Amino acid sequence: MSALTNPSQWAHLDWLLAAVAAWLLVGTSGLFALRRLAFVARVLFPAGGAIALVVFGVALSAVFAPPEVATLPLGLPGLPFHLRLDGLSAFFLMVIAGASAGVSAFAAGYFRKGEGTPPGLLCMEYHVFLASMALVVLADDAYAFMVMWETMALSSFFLVIANHRIPEIRRAGYLYLLIAHIGAIGILLAFGVLQANTGDYTFANMRAQAHTPFWASVAFLLALFGFGAKAGLVPLHVWLPEAHPAAPSPVSALMSGVMLKTAVYGVLRVSFDLLHFQVWWWGVVLLALGLVTALFGVVFSAAQVDMKRLLAYSSIENIGLLFAGIGLAVLFSAYGMKPMAALALTAALYHVASHAFFKSLLFLGTGAVLHATGERSLGKLGGLIRYMPWVTWLTLFGALACAGLPPLGGFVSEWLLLQSFLFTPGLPSSFLNMLIPVVAALIALVAALSGYVMVKFFGVVFLGQPREEALAHAHDAGAWERLGMLWLVAGCVLLGLLPTQFIAVIDPVTRHLVGAGLGDTVAAAGWLLVPVAIERASYGPVIFLLGVAAGSAIAYLLVRALYHGRSRRSPAWDCGFPWQTARMQDTAEGFGQPIRQIFEPFFRMERELPLPSDSHPRYRVTIGDHFWHWIYLPIAAGVERLSKWIGLLQQGRIAVYLLYSFLTLVAVLLVVMR
Amino acid sequence: MSWLGFLSQLLAIVAALLLAPLMTGWVNQCRAWLQNKSAPPLLQPYRVLHKLFHKDSVLADNASQLFRAAPYIVFGCMVLASAIVPTLSTDLPLSPAADAIALVGLFALARVFISLAAMDVGTAFGSLGARREMFVGFLAEPALLMVFFCASLISKSTSLTTIVGTLAHRELAIYPSLAFAGVAFTMISLAENARIPVDNPATHLELTMIHEALILEYSGRHLALLEWAASLKLFAYSCIGLALFFPWGIAEAGAPIALLLAMPALVFKLAVGGAALAFLETISAKMRIFRVPEFLATAFMLAVIGLLVSILLGA
Repeated sequence: MSALTNPSQWAHLDWLLAAVAAWLLVGTSGLFALRRLAFVARVLFPAGGAIALVVFGVALSAVFAPPEVATLPLGLPGLPFHLRLDGLSAFFLMVIAGASAGVSAFAAGYFRKGEGTPPGLLCMEYHVFLASMALVVLADDAYAFMVMWETMALSSFFLVIANHRIPEIRRAGYLYLLIAHIGAIGILLAFGVLQANTGDYTFANMRAQAHTPFWASVAFLLALFGFGAKAGLVPLHVWLPEAHPAAPSPVSALMSGVMLKTAVYGVLRVSFDLLHFQVWWWGVVLLALGLVTALFGVVFSAAQVDMKRLLAYSSIENIGLLFAGIGLAVLFSAYGMKPMAALALTAALYHVASHAFFKSLLFLGTGAVLHATGERSLGKLGGLIRYMPWVTWLTLFGALACAGLPPLGGFVSEWLLLQSFLFTPGLPSSFLNMLIPVVAALIALVAALSGYVMVKFFGVVFLGQPREEALAHAHDAGAWERLGMLWLVAGCVLLGLLPTQFIAVIDPVTRHLVGAGLGDTVAAAGWLLVPVAIERASYGPVIFLLGVAAGSAIAYLLVRALYHGRSRRSPAWDCGFPWQTARMQDTAEGFGQPIRQIFEPFFRMERELPLPSDSHPRYRVTIGDHFWHWIYLPIAAGVERLSKWIGLLQQGRIAVYLLYSFLTLVAVLLVVMR
Repeated sequence: MSWLGFLSQLLAIVAALLLAPLMTGWVNQCRAWLQNKSAPPLLQPYRVLHKLFHKDSVLADNASQLFRAAPYIVFGCMVLASAIVPTLSTDLPLSPAADAIALVGLFALARVFISLAAMDVGTAFGSLGARREMFVGFLAEPALLMVFFCASLISKSTSLTTIVGTLAHRELAIYPSLAFAGVAFTMISLAENARIPVDNPATHLELTMIHEALILEYSGRHLALLEWAASLKLFAYSCIGLALFFPWGIAEAGAPIALLLAMPALVFKLAVGGAALAFLETISAKMRIFRVPEFLATAFMLAVIGLLVSILLGA
């Protein structure tokens, strides 16, 4: 205990627990300053961001350190919280803290008037949310894990319904809570299977059990169901595009960029750490679900007309890509191809980090736009580059990274994922080999479609002519908001330019999970990213960037040196058409039209077309999700029918109820007498 | 980095910059001949570039910085692309920086920037062009990637120089996978370079134009850079096609004589390729824009079949 009083002797885990306690303290202070916005915004949120930076630093160094364990005397008597900090949890903690540092800085500037909930309360929920996410990845027994998981779900539920006066937001929050709990049941059952009737729910005990392939598969499928509900895997995704956009933007950023990653963490923890072996068809299930999710997400996101919903669907797409990467890793690991499994897992973990940064950045960008204009609909935005240059340029980085373009962060993970697909012909099963080209083609298609989506998002919101006159009064983001976004931009850029350095951080994690890592091969090549061998494949983002920059700069200098470089301003030409209004630009609906047409079976579309005789023609199209009608509405109808039948019992007359008691008594007596 | 490697890298970039407009001029000339028209001079593209550079650049009133930066970025992307595609030699010091996947990413980067720039002014044609360009791109890009994957499965590498080196050394036999990939690649190049049947490079005011609609608001030096970048793109695509399907005559590392011979070989191959492109454009008619997805999906399917064939047959 003497070590605890002296911070210089603290282990990583002590620092992290102190930081989590500090988050909770910051959150509680919010309760004492419920309506003092200046204090909450200028002191508490920056403090939360500073704590996140500490967690980020500690977690980064803990990735390389040996595992540490601790037991907290909290919880029920005889059931203390076990905590463990190993490479996997340190990595996810780093991602959580890294992205939330930027979000907290942004939040310091964002909550100006406060949303429907008082700012102090919002601050409390926000920091409890952060602390619970940190503890979810630290938990080392099922009890602590479930408590933290539920705290995370509840705190984020209250954050989602911050604007609880709007009925749609309450509805979205309810849906979120419902599916989060259905998922939690799956996770709980998975842990129940994993402890194998020993009654000991610590993860250490689960690791020690030898499961038969049948029970391991049951545990895996239950965990996949539970964590998939949190991650938004199709068909459990329906809550995500409702709940994420409903929350205030910094919270949307945290939920999409960070919270979804805890579900990825859970799948990795169960399938690679708690279970000793993987079965090949788990990989196929993950791959198939991941690809369907990715394609579904990107196609729907192309058809959206609300900027936050568009980003939420894009998160579904990215989660799909992540699960496809994990599926590939499981497949390789099941066949004992460790280096390949490490490559696929590195790709997935890299995407975890880059998605956390770019998706948070994009959501913060929409938050700044929402604050400046009060508008979320793409049809009423446009031309903001002229009024909000900071937000525009910072968001551009997020959009390029999300589109998977080199030399930013999103491209590296996509590159690694495609590389790992090219190794699949080495798989021993020829059936799987035949599937691979289809899978690689789908991944490439999804990546290209996400470029389409990002051009739509960025172009419609920030470029062109403003579609409403009020947009001319939009103001740029404040200093705190810029700071938060700048931090996330730095993350996107550094993840893009320094893949070798970041893979060195991932290396201990993959070594722990699949027994191999890319660290050594990658470190040997220096600035080039070489996953296997230099003849096989290499990518040098710094040289790439310098090449493009040098080409552009030399062209610019030569043009300036050799020619006059004069330019004039005049009205836009547009093929000489004289009368141009903002309404003649392509709309968000128009931009989505080709996708709607090509992928028509994906959508449930309801069109209202005007007649030629209409004096006020209106064209309306609503895009629905098939899964509502295939799965959710039938279930809801079934539940309602069942409750109606049960309702028949309720006659409201005392004589009938006495008859029930009598019949029950007779039935019980019959059983007892026999 | 050996001095010869440096030299061949420099030579590749300079050759691309200088030959690209010539290639465009040659294709235009061939097409005019085939269509019984009197052809423009071979050097017409250079004159156009020269004229455009001398003119004032007229910017729309609301054009932003992005609009002014985009031509330089697109041009820079195309310069790098022509630097990493093995045209004359496989001894390219820049080539490890970007493999086939990164090359596809490079083209995508250029496409995204030109589309964003087209949306910047906010005219009807500009945003329509941006939408169509991205829409052609999202089908052509994965198809191009699949074509590269066909070749990389044969050479066990995604590095362009290794692919070309391996393909050049095999015996003269037709790989079934490469045959599928070749057809797919031809279709993709037509779409990506705004040629008939997908787009008409000779048009300037047509409701279904794509490339011209994108650059409608540009003039002067910006337009010159974009036109030059477009011809660089055509050059790069032709060289990719030649390198994947006719890789003979490309010099290897440490062979200065072969480097000297590679130049006339490249010019000859490009002349034949350009004539073939003109022929293809002459015999086909431009299709409706709604038919383009079918065309590109066919290319995508062919490339995937090529990949499947190479996995099944091991060739």
